Amino acid sequence: MPARRTKTVVLLALMILCGAAGDVLLSKGMKEIGAVEDWSPAALAATYVRVFTHGTVWLGIACLIGFFVCYLLVLTWADFSYVLPASSLSYALVALLGWLVLGETVTMLRWCGVGLICMGVGLVGITPHSTTEQV
Amino acid sequence: MLRTALFVTFVVLAGTGGEMAVSVAMKRIGEVHDFRPRAILEFVRGTFRQPWMWLGFALMVLSFFALLALLSWEDVSFVVPATALSYVVGALGARFLLGETVSRTRWAGVLLVCCGVALLTLSR
Repeated sequence: MPARRTKTVVLLALMILCGAAGDVLLSKGMKEIGAVEDWSPAALAATYVRVFTHGTVWLGIACLIGFFVCYLLVLTWADFSYVLPASSLSYALVALLGWLVLGETVTMLRWCGVGLICMGVGLVGITPHSTTEQV
Repeated sequence: MLRTALFVTFVVLAGTGGEMAVSVAMKRIGEVHDFRPRAILEFVRGTFRQPWMWLGFALMVLSFFALLALLSWEDVSFVVPATALSYVVGALGARFLLGETVSRTRWAGVLLVCCGVALLTLSR
């Protein structure tokens, strides 16, 4: 069914993009707010207010909600064992966006680590999830 | 370094623990068959009566806050891939807490994730 396949691919792409963008935006927002270093209750309360009145953080949260909606939608027809390996690509996209958008130094070693993680999550995903033996 | 390690551990454990608690709550409520609006409303009200649901929700919120704090000082290209450790915790939890069988392929995946996170840690 080509139409359904297109729908799945588009929604998966949107899901991966929203998830990665959400994480990168949260990171950008938190960097703008500054490192949390004072753990006294008063300082934490002040940080809490700053975080949840910060536009970039909310943009990130909106993206993560978009990710979650796409995830739920695609799971209503696609198998989890198809969705999970695909979604592991978002780890690579986060690293890519961190490098391109936030200017993070992503060394060769880090790329290799991210690659192994993607493969690992992919393997976890293709494993059948129903462990109850059919007898 | 120590602070980052503690926070990554907390994000992963609280996040996975939260999902497990929500899963327990959902299993107690039982499979949803009726999708009429009234039944769904009843279902949502039912979830709020489950203590496991509240525990799961609280853990997830704490995990999210810890993630935000972590992102305030650490690279996102390190933090987010490192949270893939949740698959390791998930597999260990499934095997040793829930007594499920975890296939060899899945253990291989878990091992790859561990190696990947080790490389990430070295890259900091």
